[in-house]
Amino acid sequence: MSLDIVVFGAMFVVTLGAALAMLFAHNAVHVALLLVLSQVGLAVAFLLQGAFFVAAVQIIIYAGAIMVLFLFVIMLLGVDRREALDEPLRGQRPLALGLGALLTAQVLYVAWQGVDLAFADGGETAIQEINSDPGNVLGLARVLFGRYVLPFEITSVLLIVAVVGVMVLARRIYSVAPAGDAEAERSEVEEVAV
Amino acid sequence: MSAPSGFAFLAAAVVGVPLASAVLLMFFGKRVGKVSAFVASGAIGLSFLSGLIMFFRMLGEPGEERSFVIKLFDWISVGDFQANAEFLVDPLSIVMVLVVSGVGALIHVYSIGYMEQDDRYARFFAYLNLFCAAMLILVLADNLVLLFVGWEGVGLCSYLLIGFWFEREAAAAAAKKAFIVNRIGDFSFLLGIFLIADEIGSLSVSEINAGAATMGATLATIGALLLFGGATGKSAQIPLYVWLPDAMEGPTPVSALIHAATMVTAGVYVVVRFSPLFEAGGATALTVVAWIGALTALWAALMAAFEYDIKRVLAYSTISQLGYMFIASGVAGYSIGIFHLVTHAFFKALMFLGAGAVMHALAGETDMRKMGGLRKAMPVVGFTFAAGWLAISGIFPFAGFWSKDAILAVAWEDGQYALWALGLLTAALTAFYMSRMYFRVFEGDLKVPDGVHVHDAPMTMAAALVPLGVLSVVGGFINLPGVLTFEHFLEPVLGEPEVPHGLMAWVLAFEALAVALAGILVARALYLRAGGAARRERLAAVAPWFVTAARDKFYVDRFYGRTIVAPGKAFARFCASTFDTRVVDGLVNGVAWVIGSSSRTGRHVQTGYVRNYAVALLLGVVVIVSFMFLRVAV
Amino acid sequence: MTEVPPGYFLALAGLLFTVGVVGVLVRRNAIVIFMFIELMLNAVNLFFVTFARMQGNLEGQVLVFFVLVVAAAEVVVGLALILLIARRRASLDVDNVRLLKW
Repeated sequence: MSLDIVVFGAMFVVTLGAALAMLFAHNAVHVALLLVLSQVGLAVAFLLQGAFFVAAVQIIIYAGAIMVLFLFVIMLLGVDRREALDEPLRGQRPLALGLGALLTAQVLYVAWQGVDLAFADGGETAIQEINSDPGNVLGLARVLFGRYVLPFEITSVLLIVAVVGVMVLARRIYSVAPAGDAEAERSEVEEVAV
Repeated sequence: MSAPSGFAFLAAAVVGVPLASAVLLMFFGKRVGKVSAFVASGAIGLSFLSGLIMFFRMLGEPGEERSFVIKLFDWISVGDFQANAEFLVDPLSIVMVLVVSGVGALIHVYSIGYMEQDDRYARFFAYLNLFCAAMLILVLADNLVLLFVGWEGVGLCSYLLIGFWFEREAAAAAAKKAFIVNRIGDFSFLLGIFLIADEIGSLSVSEINAGAATMGATLATIGALLLFGGATGKSAQIPLYVWLPDAMEGPTPVSALIHAATMVTAGVYVVVRFSPLFEAGGATALTVVAWIGALTALWAALMAAFEYDIKRVLAYSTISQLGYMFIASGVAGYSIGIFHLVTHAFFKALMFLGAGAVMHALAGETDMRKMGGLRKAMPVVGFTFAAGWLAISGIFPFAGFWSKDAILAVAWEDGQYALWALGLLTAALTAFYMSRMYFRVFEGDLKVPDGVHVHDAPMTMAAALVPLGVLSVVGGFINLPGVLTFEHFLEPVLGEPEVPHGLMAWVLAFEALAVALAGILVARALYLRAGGAARRERLAAVAPWFVTAARDKFYVDRFYGRTIVAPGKAFARFCASTFDTRVVDGLVNGVAWVIGSSSRTGRHVQTGYVRNYAVALLLGVVVIVSFMFLRVAV
Repeated sequence: MTEVPPGYFLALAGLLFTVGVVGVLVRRNAIVIFMFIELMLNAVNLFFVTFARMQGNLEGQVLVFFVLVVAAAEVVVGLALILLIARRRASLDVDNVRLLKW
């Protein structure tokens, strides 16, 4: 049993287990933390496959920033809300589970079959070569700013749009009250309007 | 045979001018008001003029070469079959054209005065013109399809004109009855057309008449009798005559034109025009024609003798005289039948117009029991009506004498003594009932309904009565025995009828005159002389059941009502109430119900829950992936 | 580089994706649903990286970048919206939004 396989096995169990546990957690914070765990496991998976930079980015941005944002919002909206885990809609759970199983079966089937096609070994050595010679980061940079520079620029625009959008969403409308009117000043900050 | 120059134009004008006038008057008539009468009369007058020009030019051609086919346009062309819009101008059709347009023109003039008070003045003239156009198409048509167009056209106009005063229940019912009874005849006519088209392959007059011999006797007879079936409808013979007496609900000019002089003669025209077809089947078809004609003549004469309504007497008289024309045709005396058609047009139209003048003066009264001695009060009407009376009774030398005598003579010569006897008996009856009417209305002491101020016919009405009166007197001279101008004119088309010559001819003529005079004398005894009422009662007591039956038209209408009309109505009611509401509506509503209920069930998919919709998405994904599996054949 | 064949990684990614889908369908809290969507995106990232390995070039890994950026933008806007709606309605239950029904 090589270390490789042990690591893979552990990563597999942790990632999938955390994901499954997310389904049963009552508390939203628990769900978020389990998701973080799952994402860390995925980072290991990335590492295993020679995607070093992406693994780091996964931890820093996904687990580190996005999930923190999630936690902020959960806190803001009441951290101790318990979500009822019953199912008021008829047939929702059986349907979801059934269709999910079907989808799993299909994906697994494709995964198992598809691997035999054409790719096999050649890819790994190529990646190892890239990782060793210019290095993973440089290799990525060459592709990102080379062939994919246009999508890169567009995604930067996307980010700006998102930021501006959120600022518009979150602004508060202030009503102007005459100075010296203490009561008016207290009720200055009106409801948040979109 | 190529026509003389301008014939195409003239033939087109004969039909086209009244047609155009009809259309114009229908759209703009209301606006022009009284002028429409003159437009219409002018149109039909132009028709007559064109016909006259064609007639004279035709006389310029040698006798054998007087048939011209004028093609208007290609009409129906399907595979091997062709039916074109062509006119046949030959002696027979030119005679019909002159009668229709001539008498029609006089009646248009008459109507100027007669229909003066009516609101729908312009429309009346539009219909009259349309009728004339359709009738002219009928007589000029060179193939059966075009003829049928005219045939249906006159049927339609008859319906429109009978029901002209459609606010009156009786008039509307009469119009319907006329149309429906005619339709039955038309059905027979159509079957005849189909048979002929199938057997001979063409519907043009010349080809039918030439190819009739190739059809085989049985089929030719059947075809001829089917056409004759249509003729019994249009010309009011047994069994389809019942509509004509009721048709008297229409305005009197309509009765004069359509139901005396023109439309009802269409049946005679068809039989005569297709005489080779009738002859091709041996004697059968012609015998049927002659006997139906004879029986109808007698039957109608009997009913006329008991009628009190002056117009109905004339209607039955028309039926009876048409029977005579069919007798003539049935014994191959075709040109004689046409001769009687012409003279009958003169005196019958005259008498109808006269009756109309009487009604006009007496504020619409038609019951002869309420009239008397009108000749002194209305001299013009009285004298002209007398001319018509004497003509129809067959008194020498009036027009009817010559034509009726010729019919009886040709029947005798053909060996059909039974037909001759029937004809003679009917002639006596004709003289009787016509004299009865004349004596009661125009002779004796003056008697009018209360409060009516009697006046003679106005100028426009007299302008029509007088020419017709003159024609009733001298009209017979176109075919004097020995000279026989009329028959010779028609000979190229209709052949020469076999008439008795010499002594036999004189004897027959004398017998005809004798019975006519007998009829008049009997009528005089019963109606004119003092003590007539008592004599009538004694006569009626001989067979009162006969009198009652005759007064009720021998129960024919009731019979038809029970056997044909009632089942028809029941069927219609069934269709409307049961079939239509349950089956048809059920089907349509059923479709709606299916859609409604399926959508009522189906819309429950839209629960409003986002998560349900998400499941639907997932379902779609799974389906698409499965589909892709199938395609890629993993 | 690992000896484990890429098929196993693909299987893991598929399972994670399915868990994410089921989670979206079964849970009722809006934020939790959002997190399951993030799980799905993560699974897709794993797919891309594995494909990059199978193909022998780094384009798959570049795509992961883009997925990451888009996920970030989406989370930002989505959470802002959830916040606003939650303040209005005082509830995060997705089942309350059901006016558009038959």
